[in-house]
Amino acid sequence: MTSRLVALWDWFDARMPSVAEEYRKHLSEYYAPKNFNFWYYFGSLAMLVLVIQIVSGIWLTMNYKPDANLAFGSVEYIMRDVPGGWIIRYIHSTGASAFFVVVYLHMFRGLMYGSYKAPRELIWIFGVLIYLTLMGEAFFGYLLPWGQMSYWGAQVIVNLFGAIPFIGPDLAVWIRGDYVVSDATLNRFFALHVIALPLALIGLVVVHLLALHDVGSNNPDGVEIKKKKDANGKPLDGIPFHPYYTVKDIVGVVVFLAVFCTVMFFAPEMGGYFLEHNNFIPADPLKTPLHIAPVWYFTPFYSILRAVPPLFGSQFPGVLAMGLAVLILFFLPWLDRSPVKSIRYRGAYFKCALGVFVVVFLILGYLGTEPTTVWGQFGFDAFFLDTRDIATWVARVGTVLYFLFFILMPWYTVRDKVYPVPERVTM
Amino acid sequence: MKKLLAALLFVPAAALFAAAVSASEAEYRLDRAPIDPNDLVSLQSGARTFVNYCLNCHGAQFMRYNRLRDLGLTELQIKDNLMFTADKVGETMKVALSTKDGKAWFGVAPPDLSVIARSRGVDWLFTYLRMFYRDPATATGWNNALFPNVAMPHALWKLQGERALEVVRTRDKGGHETVEYKWSRLSDGTQTQVEYDRTVRDLVNFLAYVGEPAARSRRTIGIWVLFALAVVFVFAYALKREFWKDVK
Repeated sequence: MTSRLVALWDWFDARMPSVAEEYRKHLSEYYAPKNFNFWYYFGSLAMLVLVIQIVSGIWLTMNYKPDANLAFGSVEYIMRDVPGGWIIRYIHSTGASAFFVVVYLHMFRGLMYGSYKAPRELIWIFGVLIYLTLMGEAFFGYLLPWGQMSYWGAQVIVNLFGAIPFIGPDLAVWIRGDYVVSDATLNRFFALHVIALPLALIGLVVVHLLALHDVGSNNPDGVEIKKKKDANGKPLDGIPFHPYYTVKDIVGVVVFLAVFCTVMFFAPEMGGYFLEHNNFIPADPLKTPLHIAPVWYFTPFYSILRAVPPLFGSQFPGVLAMGLAVLILFFLPWLDRSPVKSIRYRGAYFKCALGVFVVVFLILGYLGTEPTTVWGQFGFDAFFLDTRDIATWVARVGTVLYFLFFILMPWYTVRDKVYPVPERVTM
Repeated sequence: MKKLLAALLFVPAAALFAAAVSASEAEYRLDRAPIDPNDLVSLQSGARTFVNYCLNCHGAQFMRYNRLRDLGLTELQIKDNLMFTADKVGETMKVALSTKDGKAWFGVAPPDLSVIARSRGVDWLFTYLRMFYRDPATATGWNNALFPNVAMPHALWKLQGERALEVVRTRDKGGHETVEYKWSRLSDGTQTQVEYDRTVRDLVNFLAYVGEPAARSRRTIGIWVLFALAVVFVFAYALKREFWKDVK
């Protein structure tokens, strides 16, 4: 039996050697630094979640109906009458949030260890493109259950494009396919959610990985392992991805699935953060909810949008700020002028800046889920107080700090005290 | 110049968000609903109350009658005791009242209750159904402390009896408003207050079940899945340790 399988493989290999070649290049002979820590699990986990979302999504489309009259009911049909349907649906809804949790942690890892710095700028750029596509994917998907939050969330986001000067209103109609969010919108969002953006995501993940495997992985020390090689030309601090990191990642996958399943089986709504309560009310174009909040993964940017005051009655400055808050990520490799990569060998300036950035991001994220009155109002009046909501002012300070992290980066990374980077990685 | 800058920076607030905020609902403190999804007797009693009192105006159009076997009932029991408007046990709990009639009679069509426990929350429902009072100023003669000027009349009033509510608002020197709710009884219902609270508890328990019929099996399966993952973890970890022995 074994010899026959070997013979079959030899037959295959003789005709298509690139399979074995690629396997060696990307797995068995891809040398990864041996000092990966906890933060290096999230890349492979992000891929796992992508697969989970695609597979559970395929099964959902078997029973979902992209029709304004049927969509809400078809989701409940999946939850009740389709055998195992509720599992598939909860996998997909939990997976959406899990995707962002994993991607945010993956991006934070990049920030901490300078993984975006030369020669890995392209990897970072492809990564930001993946993040942008993922945001689109999540936005289009959120309309599909056709609940109140689906509907009004989409209405608000599409209206943001309407705030762009001159072309805005036409652009918004072009996106919606109608003057309000309607059946036409639902149908095209469905097409984009299940075909267009998943294809784009897969393509981007492939180039993200190809770019990574061309230059090699960074590591928590920010040391280039390719600089020290043994007699055979293998990096001294590198180990083959397979089997070492495949077996390690399996442990990560099991722990991740345990967390994932805990949410999915015991708190699928996650207190209203993963599945919003209002989204169990069918979409009603005539009834605007009092409090419209996007799902948690968009709330830092939603906070920035709300924080920026309108100009000449136009919301465009807020929209612009929100867009820039995401787009500025592309420039990170050139904003960071530090001679070292890893936070381990950086000084107090960078550590403080990153710490403040994380805290600000979390505060903005929290504020985005709440009405602007959540922290009450100032007890005094002044000419410059256009609003007395304390939370709005905190969000404004947060927005400024968010941008300062990037804008001042060329300045503080140059002046920062750095420590000598070791020749070899440390375990 | 500076003034112009200030004016440009701080033009009056976004009307959109200001309006959204000022219109927030008056808050009435919610009571915790003491529901128990494993209490089949309570769920059955809730089902009875639901079909007798709610299903006349509200439907549960995504819930099938025969699914009520989850509550320990047979199809025959369901047919004989719970099905008044449907012919076949596989039908969903639809209501005869049309949306149009509902709008004409109440001003707003009674909402479908399939997932009401998931949108409103059980505590809200438990409080809401116990806070009706007589109010001659409204079209139905009923009002609700939690949901002021609600279109729905008190469907369970024969059980609870009629009550009146006086809301006393007092402002202290600091400008802080305190609201006091003074309830009084106008007529007795067929149930005592304790019995009525239990009826509502059972009804809300049932609505929570209807909101997500799979919830009970979800938790059971979840425990098995986590147990299986714990076992897999032991092997996965052992495998990793074995391979990583030679990495120094």
